[in-house]
Amino acid sequence: MLNGAVYSVVNSIQGTDMRYSFTDEQEQFRDFVRKFMSSHSATNAVRVQMETEQGYDRDVWKNLSESLGLPGLLIPEEYGGQGFGAIELGIALEEMGRSLLCAPYLGSSVLATTAILNTGTDKEKNQLLPDLAAGKKIAALALAEPSGQWDAASIETVAQESNGNYRINGTKSFVLDGSSADYIVVVARQENSVGEAGISFFIVDSSAAGLDKRLLDTVDETRKLSELKFTDVAAKPLGTVGDGAEALQQTLNLSYVALANEMMGGAQKLLENALEYAQLRVQFGRLIGSFQSMKHKLADLLMDVELAKSAVYYAAEAAAEGADDLPAVASLAKAFASDTYLKVAAACIQIHGGIGFTWENDTHLYFKRAKSSEVFLGGPDLHRERLIQNWQKS
Amino acid sequence: MTELSEESVRMEVRTWLEQNWDENLGLVEWRSRLAGSGWGRPNWPQEWYGRGLSNNLATVVQEEIRQFGAVGAADSGVRMLAAATLLEHATDYIKDKLLHKIITGEDAWCQLFSEPGSGSDLAGLTTKAELKGDNWIINGQKVWTTSAHHANHGLLLARTDWDVPKHKGISYFVLDILQPGVEVRPLRQMNGHASFNEVFMTNAVIPKDMLVGKLNHGWEVAMTTLSHERRLADGLRQMGGTASKSKSKGKIFKELAAELKVESAPYKWYPQRAGRPDLTVNRARETGAINDPVIRQEVAKALTIHQANQWTGRRARQAQKLGRPPGPEGSLGKLAASHVARAAARAHTLTTGANSMLKGSDGDLNGIIAEVLLSVPAVSIAGGTDEIQRNIISERVLGLPKEPRSDTGPFKDVPRNVVS
Ligand SMILES: Cc1cc2nc3c(=O)[nH]c(=O)nc-3n(C[C@H](O)[C@H](O)[C@H](O)COP(=O)(O)OP(=O)(O)OC[C@H]3O[C@@H](n4cnc5c(N)ncnc54)[C@H](O)[C@@H]3O)c2cc1C
Repeated sequence: MLNGAVYSVVNSIQGTDMRYSFTDEQEQFRDFVRKFMSSHSATNAVRVQMETEQGYDRDVWKNLSESLGLPGLLIPEEYGGQGFGAIELGIALEEMGRSLLCAPYLGSSVLATTAILNTGTDKEKNQLLPDLAAGKKIAALALAEPSGQWDAASIETVAQESNGNYRINGTKSFVLDGSSADYIVVVARQENSVGEAGISFFIVDSSAAGLDKRLLDTVDETRKLSELKFTDVAAKPLGTVGDGAEALQQTLNLSYVALANEMMGGAQKLLENALEYAQLRVQFGRLIGSFQSMKHKLADLLMDVELAKSAVYYAAEAAAEGADDLPAVASLAKAFASDTYLKVAAACIQIHGGIGFTWENDTHLYFKRAKSSEVFLGGPDLHRERLIQNWQKS
Repeated sequence: MTELSEESVRMEVRTWLEQNWDENLGLVEWRSRLAGSGWGRPNWPQEWYGRGLSNNLATVVQEEIRQFGAVGAADSGVRMLAAATLLEHATDYIKDKLLHKIITGEDAWCQLFSEPGSGSDLAGLTTKAELKGDNWIINGQKVWTTSAHHANHGLLLARTDWDVPKHKGISYFVLDILQPGVEVRPLRQMNGHASFNEVFMTNAVIPKDMLVGKLNHGWEVAMTTLSHERRLADGLRQMGGTASKSKSKGKIFKELAAELKVESAPYKWYPQRAGRPDLTVNRARETGAINDPVIRQEVAKALTIHQANQWTGRRARQAQKLGRPPGPEGSLGKLAASHVARAAARAHTLTTGANSMLKGSDGDLNGIIAEVLLSVPAVSIAGGTDEIQRNIISERVLGLPKEPRSDTGPFKDVPRNVVS
């Protein structure tokens, strides 16, 4: 674990508006995470992991859990976690995004963990969270289906009850870390329910009979997605059956913020890479960074990245506070960060010229991450719609 | 030559085909007949396997050969660039040695221009050619070389004088690829294909008489090659789409299919890099995305710019046909193509939604959509970047003042990349 001083700091300091700055301790936390990432998730390590089916290095995961306690960041101390909030989570994800960390972090420590935190009974949390916090178990959240929507109303997977026992039937897709998880948190609906009614969470063991897992061939090989088919699979309810829609939306709101911070970290790193290359590469007897077209492009990228930063930091603070405007700003951040990430990735390829289009150059790894993050948890058009629908201020 | 009418040419080639075509011949044997008769390359000069016909009549001949169901001269890959360049600039010795095998397809060619250190600034190349006795000794590295892995000849640009401005110290050679001093390594792209190669030359040898054009005048020769490249590029794009559709009958068709397979392999993804604007509307209709008002707009935008660009191309061709001076419309196609590709990729992403994360057989259209998304970034780089296109358009078409230059002195004094 990190030394106590770092972890004793809580979210805000009196008199400072944390939406616009970090505490010294938070900056220190960032340094720790960044150092860890640069020694354990350099792009050559990423390239090795992305070729594997599991998609991550167990030793790195263990190390990240034991020395930094990152999987337990969001989990309260009473359940064995660090008891931090969305700000620290955002910092961790920004750094992971910078280095394209291959790990079940977003899938297990954010999506699944948040779902359990939002829906589980005290007893269930006591059972499940300590192992997640310690990184000893990996969980996945199975929400979207082949229709590719991450919302309650689109769920068709059904949980049937008989004598207090539940069986799940249906197909989940785009399940992050669905093949490497020890268990799956499944979002299903009660028979004959529609819309937001009847939404429930269940726990299914990864080796349950009737569960058929298939790793999907992903554009972004650093993120492992699976299709999970459930045929009469025995499932344990998580929390109260039937009224999970609200908890699901809360889980998603935080997940948008987490993903937005991750995307922004990637965009920032690409901007640095492009800037460095522009100051190295010579054509026509001059540095390409001396051409006005390159300068303008880089200046625009800096503007985009800095604006995106402000948006994702603001959203993280809103999530940490449980602010009223979270639903709106979480979507704002998701949409803006994904547009920015893609734009920066495309520009970074362009600034590198031909070499930027090669496998050997790292830019494509980020480009693919940007591409998949753009549509994961809903594309920017959908989030702009959610922003407008949820915007309350006059 | 112009006195020949289209009809008489058709008659003549048809009669010749009736007397000579035999689908049980080998490909090379048949194409040797074509070369001997001049019908293989009718627009080449009579003394070099041609009939001195106009390009229009040559197209008529090709049509006739196709309609007859016969096989034409080899015309895929870089060999047509090689032929055009050699016909215009090479000595009779070189033409005699190489042109025949271009027609028969026995030789395959690659173009050794781009280098790791010089892409936009092609004339800044640093591959070195030094005359030692009767041979040129070549050292340097080339990149983005299509087909080098199956070619046996390369069109090479190398520097022969470092004390003069960069364009004036370049010479143009024919390099024998199959020699110990030449190493070819595949270059993998971000879309997973490896259509290109890196070519390393370490004391590679070129006999003195394989210089094309005059010493230190290689840049002019290269301009001939590049001016034919755009035309070829259009053909290659089609090749990606239509390869190996011919139904094999006789021996010759089997050989032809095998040749096409090898030669078209690097171009498989070329249609995708243009963004597949042709698919956007149907995809949106088939998936129902067309009913989403946001997606509908983006599909319409992609369609609009695609159509407008096509019509611009037609305006340019029509003006050319009518012999009118070329207007700006002829210089914008390359830059517009980047916009088209991006707009189409955007429409595809929206239409495809979450499935945009999947490739291969899990991806939409069996991975074609993912390939579009991962190939489009090449459009604004390959064949001259968008920035370079904008420079050309602003300076040469719009007549704006030129950028001040810092690379006009002796090449040895011009700052350049340090390449390993
Ligand atoms: C898919 C693909 C296929 C290719 N096929 C071939 C091929 O068949 N044959 C071949 O010879 N080459 C080929 N190339 C190479 C291609 O021609 C070069 O990559 C391209 O010309 C750019 O050169 P570069 O890569 O060296 O980039 P650089 O020239 O180093 O450019 C880097 C960046 O600097 C910018 N820049 C450079 N000069 C200026 C300037 N004066 N003003 C403003 N901005 C500038 C560029 O626009 C770019 O954004 C291919 C490349 C790709 C990606």
